[in-house]
Amino acid sequence: MEYFLQQTINGVTLGAVYALIAIGYTMVYGIIGMINFAHGEIYMIGAFIAVISFSVLGLAGVTWVPLALVIVLIVSMTITGLYGWTVERVAYRPLRGSVRLAPLISAIGMSIFLQNYVQIAQGAKIKPLQPMIRGGVRLMEGEGFSVNVSYLQLIIIAMTIALMAGFTWLIAATSLGRAQRATEQDRVMASLLGVNTDRTISLTFVLGAMLAAVAGVLVTLYYGVVDFYIGFLAGLKAFTAAVLGGIGSLPGAMLGGLLIGLIESYWSAYFSSEYKDVAAFSILVIVLIFRPTGLLGRPEVEKV
Amino acid sequence: MLSLRGIHTYYGAVHALKGVDLEVAEGEIVALIGANGAGKSTLLMTICGNPKPRRGSIELRGQNLIGVPTHNLVRQGLAHAPEGRRIFPRMTVLENLRMGAVASDPAHFDDDLERAFTLFPRLKERRDQRGGTLSGGEQQMLAIARALMSRPRLLLLDEPSLGLAPLVVRQIFEIIKEINQRDGVTVLLVEQNAFHALKLAHRGYVLVNGTITMSGKGADLLNDEQIRAAYLEGGH
Repeated sequence: MEYFLQQTINGVTLGAVYALIAIGYTMVYGIIGMINFAHGEIYMIGAFIAVISFSVLGLAGVTWVPLALVIVLIVSMTITGLYGWTVERVAYRPLRGSVRLAPLISAIGMSIFLQNYVQIAQGAKIKPLQPMIRGGVRLMEGEGFSVNVSYLQLIIIAMTIALMAGFTWLIAATSLGRAQRATEQDRVMASLLGVNTDRTISLTFVLGAMLAAVAGVLVTLYYGVVDFYIGFLAGLKAFTAAVLGGIGSLPGAMLGGLLIGLIESYWSAYFSSEYKDVAAFSILVIVLIFRPTGLLGRPEVEKV
Repeated sequence: MLSLRGIHTYYGAVHALKGVDLEVAEGEIVALIGANGAGKSTLLMTICGNPKPRRGSIELRGQNLIGVPTHNLVRQGLAHAPEGRRIFPRMTVLENLRMGAVASDPAHFDDDLERAFTLFPRLKERRDQRGGTLSGGEQQMLAIARALMSRPRLLLLDEPSLGLAPLVVRQIFEIIKEINQRDGVTVLLVEQNAFHALKLAHRGYVLVNGTITMSGKGADLLNDEQIRAAYLEGGH
């Protein structure tokens, strides 16, 4: 029981990170109907900026952890958001109105480009980060096994919940959120009513990139290492989470992320950690067989 | 108010509008009638810059419209309730109306909403219902109300009577008349329902295969032998 609880805590932490990345996939899919395969790399860039800015802050003598964390989050979100904006502007917008496959291929190209760019600029070696947030809370004392939740895990979970709540509110109740939903549902009509749809789409990429940046910062703190290749698997997992939850659906991305995190954690704990990825992807296949639109997705209705 | 000269529009290789001239004066209701596929909706969309005309000029109150991005037109006093109504299906009635007011001053949103609900009391009852669940008539009301939320000077209406029961059609046409007379909105109305449209309009144009073949006062067109034969008898 204690062991199970511990794995749940670990799984939720992991799932929170996947969910943050998955939102970027699902929102972009919702608004322009394409899978942004470069999104995993955007997350990776967010993580690199975290490592770089933590080092710079260390040199500058900012050692108080909460302050450093806030600064790094702001820096990483800003710069990563800029990357997200640029990727859309350079690789996708010129292809708007062409065949559906074109931006998809462009996205794969962008993903390879960003990986190589970071590899060249930062080197292929793994970049370590000193653990900064230590300690935790002992929740339960079992026979020979205790349940711990680290402060870092609490921070990750709390921050994710806060961001998701804020984001849900943004989409549901602000004029930007309405413009996004209107653009998603009928782009031509939105523009007739005065919505600058190109700008709305750009902002969607920026918001998605910012959430991925937060995920990047948190993962860097959690695992303590980054390299230029981490975007590939994390991106694939988050994409899986988005599809599992129902691509295009915001609550779906959150649920999907959580489920993937939990599945991975339980599988590694009870079976073998080598096959945790297989487990996550198998669940995806099984769900898609029975619910092709994902858990919370709505069925594709042919528009008249 | 609106002036089109020598407009040529293409859809790919299809030459949809072949040199259209059209004038709408301030305060008028102008009907544009014609058969399916004549290019009526294309004409309205061309005014909105989507698609852009290949040749010709479009002026709204003396201002050139060609090259103005579609999303800026509403700020120039142009609103369009397009073909197929294009209600946002997964937004509530109220949210749809908010979208209509995207470009206008939030200070008069409440007044405009009140006015929309006075014109269409039905929408007030349905205000928290999703657009996609409304009936055809209610969707049409919402499309017109949404267009009015921007306080337009010129309203483009594309087939407001399509697929509606005769009683609802009459209601909608009454409201168009009221919008024109009370709010002083100029209306360019596209219709297949030529009888109702010409009865309502001050003037009318007939579009055949991308060309204006006839124009004149609504009442005159209504009595014209050719028009009676082509658009009114049997069709109505």
